[in-house]
Amino acid sequence: MAQTIVIDPVTRIEGHSRITIFLDEHGEVRDAQFHVTQLRGFEKMCEGRPFSEMPALMARICGICPVSHLVASAKACDALMAVQIPTAGANLRRIVNLGQLVQSHALAFFHLAAPDFLMGMDADPAQRNIVGMLAARPELARDGVRLRQFGQQIIEWIGGKRIHPPNIVPGGMSQPLTAETRDRILDELPAALTIAERTLAWFREQTARFAEEVRHFGSFPTMFLGLVGPDGEIEHYDGRLRIISSEGAVIGDQLHPRDYQDYIGEAVEPYSYLKFPYYKPLGYPVGAYRVGPLARLNLAARCGTPKADRARAIFRQKEGVLRSSFYYHEARLIEILYGLEKIQQLLEDPATSDEHVRAFAGPNSQEGVGVSEAPRGTLIHHYKIDDDGLMVWANLIIATGHNNLAMNQSVQQVAKHFVKSQALTEGMLNRVEAVIRAYDPCLSCSTHAVGQMRLAIDLRGPDGELLDSVKRE
Amino acid sequence: MTTPSQVLTLKIDGQDVTGRADETILQVARENGIHIPTLCFLDSLSPLGACRLCLVEIKGSPRLFAACVTYIAEGMEVLTKSDRLNKYRRMIVELLFAERNHICSICVANGHCDLQDLAREMGVTYVDFPYRYPRLGVDASHERFGLDHNRCVLCMRCVRVCGEVEGAHTWDVAGRGIEAHVSADLDFPWGDSDTCTSCGKCVQVCPTGALFKKGVAAAEMVKHRSFLVRLTAMREEAE
Repeated sequence: MAQTIVIDPVTRIEGHSRITIFLDEHGEVRDAQFHVTQLRGFEKMCEGRPFSEMPALMARICGICPVSHLVASAKACDALMAVQIPTAGANLRRIVNLGQLVQSHALAFFHLAAPDFLMGMDADPAQRNIVGMLAARPELARDGVRLRQFGQQIIEWIGGKRIHPPNIVPGGMSQPLTAETRDRILDELPAALTIAERTLAWFREQTARFAEEVRHFGSFPTMFLGLVGPDGEIEHYDGRLRIISSEGAVIGDQLHPRDYQDYIGEAVEPYSYLKFPYYKPLGYPVGAYRVGPLARLNLAARCGTPKADRARAIFRQKEGVLRSSFYYHEARLIEILYGLEKIQQLLEDPATSDEHVRAFAGPNSQEGVGVSEAPRGTLIHHYKIDDDGLMVWANLIIATGHNNLAMNQSVQQVAKHFVKSQALTEGMLNRVEAVIRAYDPCLSCSTHAVGQMRLAIDLRGPDGELLDSVKRE
Repeated sequence: MTTPSQVLTLKIDGQDVTGRADETILQVARENGIHIPTLCFLDSLSPLGACRLCLVEIKGSPRLFAACVTYIAEGMEVLTKSDRLNKYRRMIVELLFAERNHICSICVANGHCDLQDLAREMGVTYVDFPYRYPRLGVDASHERFGLDHNRCVLCMRCVRVCGEVEGAHTWDVAGRGIEAHVSADLDFPWGDSDTCTSCGKCVQVCPTGALFKKGVAAAEMVKHRSFLVRLTAMREEAE
């Protein structure tokens, strides 16, 4: 499947993936590759379209995190219009973005990852899913469904629709916040917070059983990248980029997202349609870094909300900088706490209820970059337009892309540790799946069977001969 | 010999109705609360009979007639609903979708589109014909408005309102057959047109998102057409 097709532009992917494991003469794992085998083409298909259509168009990249694309796209459009959007508009975008964070993290944790923690990595796949979880621990499954529903409802009430909400537009929001919506969300928030706290406590109890996974699930040094606020606090909507070393030293700080091309390069490998972003000053592939909840909690000085900060302090006690990708799960739960607390703060701010939510302008700049933190990490939309406001070029770096190098390394690490013979087992297959799942890549958007990714693993000998193959449809 | 003001009697869908001799089947049907789907027709613009959505059956003839351009006759028996008509109307809507690139979810007119409404009315949940996916451009050269050929159904409402109501006659249709497209002046970029008064009437009467105000996001292009009837009535009064 390792075709030598170079796609320019290599664009968006989600859905199916493939892993190839290469063995040496002694049957030991020499190498492993994680292939993403789809081409989406959004960078190309947007050409010639009015820029004002971009948020709606780009939202269609994903059905799980459309809000992330809407926000990054709308911000790129704000830059094209060269406008400062009203505070209420920005705050509403923040709330919808956090609603998205809560629902997407809830989906990743409860529906996709938690069955492994509840039933164990070697459990029967027929049981190891949300339906099995519903039978074994109904209250846990219900918590997941409720939390996700709450996030989705915030998106619907403020964004106008649960999936692909139309109210996030260039220049701000198309609708102001009503008192009724504000009170409705505030009324339901405490119950959601209780679920988030309960789940975090439960997960911490489980972690001890997964010491081996913690040690081998992508536990290697990489840098971490993400947005931070002016004082280094966690930030999901605006802010500047920070990059830290695997030891926690700040390598770059308050980097303007507009200049991302100065420090982020994109490499292409023939075996995957997903590009490999890397930190430019260190080159490829040494400049590997990770993004997403773990990166954000590793690099931000604090969350700025009481419950999340307490949870973060306990989390960070384990090690200075948490390197194992297994910790993504706990980071996700802490971010859910943060998201809920922050939504509450923003709703209680009278500035958020202001009627003035949108700035109007034509195209005033020919180039614009919009960056936000998607649930899975830093998301970059970069557009160029002509004098009439029609798109001539786009570059998108999706959160999952940033993690591509790390995901490949993680797959290698898991394969080298867990694959000892020339026959693949279900437990091995699931661990390789689970390490990818820790990153919650956008591939899961097209998961057809609940709790399982469509995945194929090839085992190849030193001469490339196919020794074994396991497919999960 | 009938005179324009003569009152005629006929049957529409079995209902006895009357109308003036200078009225079309569509007019009489509407006056009597009988719905006939239309697309290119718009009150106060000259009827064109281009879209064929308003096809009806007339007893005694194997042909189908466009209700918007067919005058009533004494004793006429008109059928506005039948399996045959439904089949053709649905086919017309499907062909319109297949001809160009209508992507409702990201369209500025989503939720406010006559073509979308027709598709809903006809129950078009899928299109049987292969889509053509033509590579068509967007003319965004005008300061305030844009023209997206991908969404144009060639109803010529813009051509008629510009010539008949505004009197500018900026719009025309250039090319033939599948190459036909709306053009400003002699196929110039809209922004370079000498005749366009930037009145925006064409944008308001356009049934789809083909003509739109620049800067609107998806689903934000709500069309306001009440000006047309009002303007026409006031002019008639003045005369």
